[in-house]
Amino acid sequence: MGNKKEEKVYTNPARCKGCGYCINTCPQEAIQVSDHVNAKGYNTVVVDDSKCVVCGMCYRVCPDYVFEIK
Amino acid sequence: MRLAAPETVTFTQSGFCPGCGHGLAVRLIAEVMEEMGLSEKLLAVVDVACGSLNIDSWRFDTIMAAHGRPIATAVGVKKVRPGNLVMAYIGDGAAYSIGMAETMHTALRNDNVVALVINNSLYGMTGGQCAPTSLPGQITTSTPKGKDPKKAGMPFRVEEAFTGFDIAYLARASMADAKGMIQAKKYVRKAFEKHRNGEGFCLVELLSPCPTNLNMTPVKSVRRIKDEMIPYFPLGEFKDKKREE
Repeated sequence: MGNKKEEKVYTNPARCKGCGYCINTCPQEAIQVSDHVNAKGYNTVVVDDSKCVVCGMCYRVCPDYVFEIK
Repeated sequence: MRLAAPETVTFTQSGFCPGCGHGLAVRLIAEVMEEMGLSEKLLAVVDVACGSLNIDSWRFDTIMAAHGRPIATAVGVKKVRPGNLVMAYIGDGAAYSIGMAETMHTALRNDNVVALVINNSLYGMTGGQCAPTSLPGQITTSTPKGKDPKKAGMPFRVEEAFTGFDIAYLARASMADAKGMIQAKKYVRKAFEKHRNGEGFCLVELLSPCPTNLNMTPVKSVRRIKDEMIPYFPLGEFKDKKREE
């Protein structure tokens, strides 16, 4: 867990509905709302890799499976 | 650590509102099924409610029951397909109000099915009316001045009613934060393991946000679970038959 060199959080903005659970949960405050609007009309989120410690909390609270850690 | 939602739920997008707890509950089921290697063995029975939107957005074989009766239908399905896992996926209105008779008698007989109850403290799909689980003072479309416990009674706590029955498993978890999700997954997995072992009726209640009908932002609705719902609906395992024996 937390192996920053090998693992990374990937997002799938097309799935995002902009609920903000990930932003509320992220212990590193690494997630922010972006200006990008997806096909459904929601402002999607973006992860700041320099702050992210790949803890996986965003994945656990996301109801729309936006996050993937690999 | 590799974390990715199973393909059984990610192949398409769901029609749930932003911040809806159903997406979280569905992922827990998919993860547990994938870990147990039983994704193709699960037969799900859904209600005529928000949870029925899963029919198109998960890959499990699904039956839609009459309104409020997924548990009774699941009992029937289990009898004709004893080799499969059978789950009734329902809301608090179906389990504790419309289908209370079915829930009670399934518990009374200790039928071998899993009931996953999504408790959002109101009726979701019909427009946010007062449910048996609505909290005192809660403003809903049918209680615009707030729920009066003198008229409508106090919210229904499943552990007070069901721990007296000889059922296999009864637990409640919250889906309000990552810690709650980890606990919820543990309970869901345990329920399915007990079901696979033929131990009897397993009911897991998941406290869920419903921002649309509560007229709140999604983040406020999960804070409400922590601040208002959990103090009244305690979390934990209330019945674990094998452990008691």
